[in-house]
Amino acid sequence: MDFPKDLKYTKEHEWVRVEGKTVTVGITDYAQDSLGDVVYVELPQEGAAVTKHEPFGVVESVKAVSDLYSPVSGSVTEVNDAIIDSPEAINEDPYGDAWMIKVEIASNSELDDLLTADEYQKFIEEEK
Amino acid sequence: MVPFAGWEMPVQYSGVIDEHKAVRSACGLFDVSHMGEIEISGDSAIDFVQFIMTNDIERIADGQCQYTLLCREDGGVVDDTIVYKFNIDRYLFVVNASNKDKVFDWMQQVQAKEKFPDVSIEDLSASYAQIAVQGPKAIDALRPLLDVDPADIRHFHFHLGLLAGEIEAIVSRTGYTGEDGFEIYLDPADAPALWKALTDSGMPHGIRPAGLGARDTLRLEMGYPLYGHELADDITPIEAGLGKYVRFSKDFPGKEVLEKQSREGTSKALVGLKMLDAGIPRQGYEVQSGGKTIGQVASGTMSPSLEVGIATAFVKPEFKTAGSTVEVVIRGRAAKAEVVPLPFYKK
Repeated sequence: MDFPKDLKYTKEHEWVRVEGKTVTVGITDYAQDSLGDVVYVELPQEGAAVTKHEPFGVVESVKAVSDLYSPVSGSVTEVNDAIIDSPEAINEDPYGDAWMIKVEIASNSELDDLLTADEYQKFIEEEK
Repeated sequence: MVPFAGWEMPVQYSGVIDEHKAVRSACGLFDVSHMGEIEISGDSAIDFVQFIMTNDIERIADGQCQYTLLCREDGGVVDDTIVYKFNIDRYLFVVNASNKDKVFDWMQQVQAKEKFPDVSIEDLSASYAQIAVQGPKAIDALRPLLDVDPADIRHFHFHLGLLAGEIEAIVSRTGYTGEDGFEIYLDPADAPALWKALTDSGMPHGIRPAGLGARDTLRLEMGYPLYGHELADDITPIEAGLGKYVRFSKDFPGKEVLEKQSREGTSKALVGLKMLDAGIPRQGYEVQSGGKTIGQVASGTMSPSLEVGIATAFVKPEFKTAGSTVEVVIRGRAAKAEVVPLPFYKK
């Protein structure tokens, strides 16, 4: 399983790529592996407000529905509509093609409690 | 692995969709040892068996099996089961794992109340493992191992024989997937060896281990009921659309209620729903027509064969007409679905 070092992570199994005031959000390799075949995804509209620790969307495997929790608060600037038509990309390329939303954050303090790759890996080891 | 009715069960191996497609196109291998087995034997066993079931045991011969419901006096379903008839004095009921103890207690109560003192009811669940091999190539996977040509075992018949020259088993031409296939009952001590042997003999035919996840999507595409979804203590076979397994020419618990329902109609009916809008229906979601509640989803999934959301739902009978449009409420959004006949999947 792969956890790129240049990303930040949450205990709700999202990853975050920080570029200035814009962060890109997706789900981790561990999350997609636990879910199994992803067959449906629901994402917010561009311009929507998202709140840290609150659901911003849904992914569904064949068997189950799971909420997506926002790692930051802010406003959605871009949505990856391509994965709505090809949700299997979430299994195939969770850190690349299957990014989910881009969010503009008000302040970098939003990022303070995010985990590093090492911390996240340690967390999922303990969770198993 | 997930816990289920006291068992550790494999939900998936290579992935639900992959396993599902393997069963539809080639062959899948299922460990369904959690299923319960209750044997009924003794003088007058046939009278007792005939009395407890809604179907008619007199319609099958030795070496055949039959699907039936077991009903309470109020018509609610205790369990659905397949009965294996060895001979007039000996029967095996294959029951759902989660209902096994309930069915056993219920059988004992009926026995005491209706006075069948010579009948013995035995819970043999711990003595049987069950391996199901399902799919168009299942017969080819089984052929090198079985002491007869599996083609000679007809649909809903069974054979008592030897596998790999030494494993005693009950082999029936039955299944829960809608594909041709076999269910094999054997001593749990022999199960790992048979699993390995079938994996090897099925290799050239594309055999693949399949888990509970695929078992559920396969059965739902066929519209087969699953206890806890389409069947329950407060759902009758008539409501669940299973009237063809209920024979009013004989007695059984709940007969009066079911006869009345089939004459006068029911307050709910099971229908198939196929999503027209995006979204996947799930158990418990509300079904509406023109904004008014008309029922609830019983089972729902993304259909791997049809690549669309499908569901069974109990709705008010006036909404059961195939071709009509209803809405399934998915996270507050009313998503359109079409009422369709079962099964969803046809070859």
